[in-house]
Amino acid sequence: MADSSTIMGLHQEEEHHPELLHHFAEPEQQRDAASLGMWVFLATEVMFFGGMFCAYLIYRHWYFGDFAAASKSIDAKLGGTNTAVLICSSLTVVLAVWAAQTARKALLVAMLAITMILGMVFLGIKAKEYADKFEEHHVPGATFSFDHVPIPGHPGAYANPRHAQIFFSLYFIMTGLHALHMIIGLGIFAWLLAMAWKGRFTPEYNTPVEVGGLYWHFVDIVWIYLFPLLYLIDRHP
Amino acid sequence: MLNNFPLWPEQASTLAHHVDALYIFLLVVTGMMALLVCACVIYFAARYRSQPGVRAEQIEGSDALELTWTVIPFFVFMAIFLWGAAVYFKERTPPADATEVYVVAKQWMWKVEHAEGQREINELHVPVGRDVKLIMTSQDVIHSFFIPAFRIKQDVLPGRYTVEWFRATKPGVYHLFCAEYCGTQHSGMVGSIVVMQPADYEAWVNGGPTRPLSASGEKLFAELGCGSCHRADTQGRGPNLQGVYGKPVQLEDGRTVTADENYVRECILDPGSKRVKGFQPIMPTFQGLVSEEQVNALVAYIKAISDNRPADGAKTTASAVPQVPGKTQHNGSQVQ
Amino acid sequence: MEIAIPQTAERENYLNKEYGIWSWLLTTDHKRIALLYLVSITFFFFIGGFFALLIRLELLTPAGDLVQADTYNKLFTMHGMVMVFFFLIPSIPATLGNFLVPMMIGAKDLAFPRINLLSWYLYIIGGALMLHCILTGGVDTGWTFYAPFSTNFSNTKIVEAGIAIFIAGFSSILTGLNFVVTIHRMRAPGMTWSRLPLFIWAHYATSIIQLLGTPVIAITIVLVAAERALHLGIFDPKLGGDPVLFQHLFWFYSHPAVYIMILPSMGVITEIIACFSRKRIFGYQFVAFSSIAIAVFGFLVWAHHMFVAGISVYSALVFSFLSYAVALPSAIKVFNWTATLYKGSIHYDAPMLYAFGFLGLFTIGGLTGLFLAALGIDVHVTDTYFVVAHFHYIMVGGAVMGYLGGMHFWWPKISGRLYPEGWARLAALIVFIGFNLTFFPQFVLGYMGMPRRYYDYSHMPEFQVLNVLSTAGSTVLGVGYLLPMIYFLWSMRYGKPASDNPWNAAGLEWKTASPPPTFNFDQEPVVTWEAYNYEELDTPPKAQEVPVGR
Repeated sequence: MADSSTIMGLHQEEEHHPELLHHFAEPEQQRDAASLGMWVFLATEVMFFGGMFCAYLIYRHWYFGDFAAASKSIDAKLGGTNTAVLICSSLTVVLAVWAAQTARKALLVAMLAITMILGMVFLGIKAKEYADKFEEHHVPGATFSFDHVPIPGHPGAYANPRHAQIFFSLYFIMTGLHALHMIIGLGIFAWLLAMAWKGRFTPEYNTPVEVGGLYWHFVDIVWIYLFPLLYLIDRHP
Repeated sequence: MLNNFPLWPEQASTLAHHVDALYIFLLVVTGMMALLVCACVIYFAARYRSQPGVRAEQIEGSDALELTWTVIPFFVFMAIFLWGAAVYFKERTPPADATEVYVVAKQWMWKVEHAEGQREINELHVPVGRDVKLIMTSQDVIHSFFIPAFRIKQDVLPGRYTVEWFRATKPGVYHLFCAEYCGTQHSGMVGSIVVMQPADYEAWVNGGPTRPLSASGEKLFAELGCGSCHRADTQGRGPNLQGVYGKPVQLEDGRTVTADENYVRECILDPGSKRVKGFQPIMPTFQGLVSEEQVNALVAYIKAISDNRPADGAKTTASAVPQVPGKTQHNGSQVQ
Repeated sequence: MEIAIPQTAERENYLNKEYGIWSWLLTTDHKRIALLYLVSITFFFFIGGFFALLIRLELLTPAGDLVQADTYNKLFTMHGMVMVFFFLIPSIPATLGNFLVPMMIGAKDLAFPRINLLSWYLYIIGGALMLHCILTGGVDTGWTFYAPFSTNFSNTKIVEAGIAIFIAGFSSILTGLNFVVTIHRMRAPGMTWSRLPLFIWAHYATSIIQLLGTPVIAITIVLVAAERALHLGIFDPKLGGDPVLFQHLFWFYSHPAVYIMILPSMGVITEIIACFSRKRIFGYQFVAFSSIAIAVFGFLVWAHHMFVAGISVYSALVFSFLSYAVALPSAIKVFNWTATLYKGSIHYDAPMLYAFGFLGLFTIGGLTGLFLAALGIDVHVTDTYFVVAHFHYIMVGGAVMGYLGGMHFWWPKISGRLYPEGWARLAALIVFIGFNLTFFPQFVLGYMGMPRRYYDYSHMPEFQVLNVLSTAGSTVLGVGYLLPMIYFLWSMRYGKPASDNPWNAAGLEWKTASPPPTFNFDQEPVVTWEAYNYEELDTPPKAQEVPVGR
């Protein structure tokens, strides 16, 4: 007798959509559950990043000048490019979801692939930024140095290296965790791409694309907050 | 017999009976609430024990009852809150002219330094009836200065000063405990508060070293070259520190802060962060060059060269020299 | 009151459907996962309990003579970490919640059965890592691992313990996620929100807290680990950091965490009181909304752990006020439970004895919270045994009593067997007495000034009498906990077989077999009645309609 109480289980005998898991009554219930599940998960992610944002905002308030000096030393052009890259990738994600909903398999595969490429571009640029910081000895720890760096807008004043180190600590932790989420996103999209290639997504069943897309959008939004907060403190044209 | 099974420590400070009064009130109120609930539960459980043929009566609820037992407890809670807040205000507001004692906590001992210069380890001698303000910092981890008989406790933090105060009312020796877990010998970080009659206290004070803390601070001020920039006029590269303690200070970034212990300390250890308006950012940091005790001495000196009268309404400022009722005021270098 | 029926042929149910280790380790059946959790959390309970025993033994004498200072510091740390993260937080939700939530709402399983299994594996991995940490030296920071001691001074395995807790936290988040989605989307037809058992409302509120709070402790652990490894200075004042920031981040989760620990227990108690009074809970909506109110307000009071930490007087006022606000919904629940007893038809079976114990102990624990919320008192009693007594009254007197009551109540459903009632009543009494003897003296000790986390109190030998009483109580309590372990195991082989509904209780879970079939119900239930329909259940059969669903 077919049973589905193990993860290797097969389907039951009744007629139903092949993708319907049998503890759900209808495909719509399954889709609603998956969608709500992802939204709820994203709420937990907001709280996760929120703790870091909270610490960042407090220290930035206390050590504004030092943070401004440190912020100036990270490359806003690269950061800006990354922002554009991610916004484009969100567009490709939206198109992928639409493609799945309208049975455009070729477009779906293409959009998923381009999203992944854009994600990898993002990570590549991030790697370059991290390498730059490593060379400049701005990585917190034993090799950190930030001497005699002027505070923007305050001639003669220099940033306190200890406070600048806090900026960089938070910079690396926040962008690092963000990058980790990007990598996980790439993993999810790789799986979506493989499934899409095999033709598993149809207008009736494309929940994984939708839900994966939600995740990607969230990672994008986190970056939209990170970029101005970290890169654009007290910048002048 | 009650002495053998005490329910609370001795009351040895002016605050203690306020705290105990609230405690007793709470015991009575919560005791009554607990008794009421328990009595109802026991009574209902017995009275309505299942009997054959007797059915339970399905009662949905009662909005009136819900309102009652929400509103009444709310007002009771508010009363407790307000009373607790009042006691807390007293506890956290040192009187303006309290005698200052500096405390440096480290794993696993308390280092105490009186303004008159006496140093103690794990002990604090104070006279009865005098307001004493403890200005405390830690050299390492967070500790907490707890005197059960006085009903006071305050965490002692590294990197800043925290303050607590008391006025002892009964001579005796009382427990001092560290109340914030701080490592291996946390339970060994105990000591004694020795409250003495004023005459005995004078004798104790006179038996010890004679240089007040502020004099040590004055010496350090000269040795470290502070006076080369912080001159007692307007010609210095740094602000004139005469009379600065306890007053508002305008900062470069537009904020105004009060020059209290923490501000003075921050200026010594982290000069750039709250720079005074109109001065260049040239002061070097003394982080790592001065110990906590030395910072305390400098702070005491800065206070000594300020007005002796506390600023209007500023409750937390203190005079540089401890006031003993009936004695004429000496300047910092003499022990009273 | 229980009805036992002999079974001739054994019906297929979730226990005998498949045998073999892999059918358990790869199961997605929420009921089997609940049992996997049951075994694992019981294991950690006894580890945490063993540490507690050693602590109490050390405190029999004022001198530190049983273990060394460092060892004692590790004992209370590991006791706290294991009990909080590996016993209390998962306890009811992962066992009773996992087992009952789908059944109570008429569903075949949780929304995400594979994620449910994943959450158990995460718990096991976290637990194994914690066990390894304990066996290779442990941690000595206290379960609260305050900076800068934890970041800069301790030489113990903090990063490892932190990772273990991080992973277990993920398990907690996934459980919460599963419950929220399940309760929203998988209710059977006719099961409206206002017909849900209050056990479900309680778990819904708990899940909200798990979801929104746990990520904050996760990031706190990441920051502490990073600071330890790289000397970053986020919490180190010498590098410009602020150790009080750690406390804010830590308590932002850890206060709501205590509501994760108590809310499910309150849900259990509600079910038990309704059943053994044979009536609907008094003030259903008020109890339901109180659960939600506790979850919401619970997020607003964290700094009441920091009144002497160096926060401003004004902050302290705000948090004190809010702490009284959060006490109100709990008080309302206690009154509603008490009112439910009025004109009930009360039975004294073991689950109800645990519920009575809960009412007494939770009331005392909650009332002592009023002492702690009062600023003037808190200054004196914070960081003393008063606080230790307070939270043990709630967590042990409250949460664990609820857990044990729930285990007894649903044991017939879970195992298909009846536990021995006489022994169970005895155990409930022993636990109640042992508990009070252990922890009531600690209130007095605390007000007298005995600080927490002291292994040597030879400077204050006057504290010994109360400590001896407390230790004596703890041995009695230990016996009370061992008994259910023994007779539950015994009942699995020798207990009388249970009928579908030995208590004649309300709730969909009782309308199916004991133990239930794998998919819970033979037919999807359609609910047309209100929760706690004891009126109907106690009406003689000929006057009733045919029950729906099984």
